[in-house]
Amino acid sequence: MDTVIKDLNKAFGDNQVLKGFSARFPEHKITCIMGKSGYGKTTLLNILMGLLPADSGSVEGIPPLFSAVFQENRLCDSFTAYSNIRMACKKSVSSADIRKHLIEVGLKDSLDEPVRILSGGMKRRVSIVRAVLADGDMIFMDEPFKGLDDKTKAVTAEYVKRHRRDRTVLMVTHSREETDLMGGQIFYMDLPASSPAAANTHSACYLRDIKRSEKS
Amino acid sequence: MLSTMRDKNRQRLEKAGAVLFALIVWQIASLMLGQELLLVSPIKVVQRLLSLCAVPDFWDSIGFSFVRIMEGFFTALLAGTVLAVAAGRFHLVDVLLWPFMAAIKATPVASFIILCLVWLNSASLSVFIAFLMVLPIIYTNMLEGITNTDKKLLEMADVFHIGLFRRIHYIYLPQLMPYFLAACSVSLGLAWKSGIAAEVIGIPDGSIGEKLYKAKLYLNSTDLFAWTVAIVVVSIVVEKLFLMIIRRIYRRLEAS
Repeated sequence: MDTVIKDLNKAFGDNQVLKGFSARFPEHKITCIMGKSGYGKTTLLNILMGLLPADSGSVEGIPPLFSAVFQENRLCDSFTAYSNIRMACKKSVSSADIRKHLIEVGLKDSLDEPVRILSGGMKRRVSIVRAVLADGDMIFMDEPFKGLDDKTKAVTAEYVKRHRRDRTVLMVTHSREETDLMGGQIFYMDLPASSPAAANTHSACYLRDIKRSEKS
Repeated sequence: MLSTMRDKNRQRLEKAGAVLFALIVWQIASLMLGQELLLVSPIKVVQRLLSLCAVPDFWDSIGFSFVRIMEGFFTALLAGTVLAVAAGRFHLVDVLLWPFMAAIKATPVASFIILCLVWLNSASLSVFIAFLMVLPIIYTNMLEGITNTDKKLLEMADVFHIGLFRRIHYIYLPQLMPYFLAACSVSLGLAWKSGIAAEVIGIPDGSIGEKLYKAKLYLNSTDLFAWTVAIVVVSIVVEKLFLMIIRRIYRRLEAS
């Protein structure tokens, strides 16, 4: 089932972050949500994940089980990279699988190191592997490649695509380079009042397939 | 790593030096005063302590008080933790417990001892008094730890549908451990102090408190000092041992 959002509104005090926001994200596809800082991308993701209540509007099509790469890594610092993944996985995911996945994203030497001593980029990759290996029918990713160098970004994006198993991916990003790496579709978010056609709503947002030729 | 070890060794040396200095001051003060009844010398105290160690009755008394004080301590540890979990989950529990905890903290221990002597026999008194003194410390510290648990990690656990056991293992234990260790460190010493005070007033047969009371009754300063040193040593050893065991268990859990 596609994710269908209708007339979503969310304000923090006087700051109306989402106003009449509507969208449809196709099932089984990768959708990259783009837009400048403060345009409500993370707020939208948090509402879809059920972490924030919307003021009004409706959301349909979010499966009961999903996983996420949050804006922050949200790892248990005193435990190893391996343990952090184990914590979020079903028992059916074997230890060998977890180790294989961590090695795939270049963490071979850090499997059994406590997360607190890993670099920011390494922690980011641990949180990505956690989201990929966890049970669920959808993956939310909030700037997942933040802090990764270009080569690691490419390796990690390939890893996500290879293992997403047809799951719907909703990814928030600022970077066209990252959308190119992930493929799928781009959803542009605009500010409510920034487009005359939008009539003061978020409806100016639009969806289009990523084409390599668009790369500037 | 090497510098940390050096720092620790230095701290140990400093502490040993400070103890030696205190003993010298004590010895000099005792010599200057010249009245053993008022201030016995540390050498005599050590001699008396060594001779006490050779008597089985000494160890029986230590065992008697140890069992009861630790019974009070562990019951408070369990009750304080359970109540803190309940208060962390339901604010009403915290509100309802507040007057009790505040009253226990503010009331002098002697008042409780005398009051409890009316209800309890003297042998159980130290259990209850140790329990009463430890309970608010464990409760307050554990509740603070629960309240300060990283909300973002708990949110992550909700998203990933992480079960209760894994939440406790991966999220709560690491975050509560510093609060738990601090509470245990403070309350173990307090349990011994209050438990022995209860024994001195209740005078149960075969307890350390009874020995202290008799030493005071017969104006036997050497015994009074020797027993006091024994209490301090046992209290410190128990505290260090307990904290070491908890740290080791926690490290094993972390590695699992």
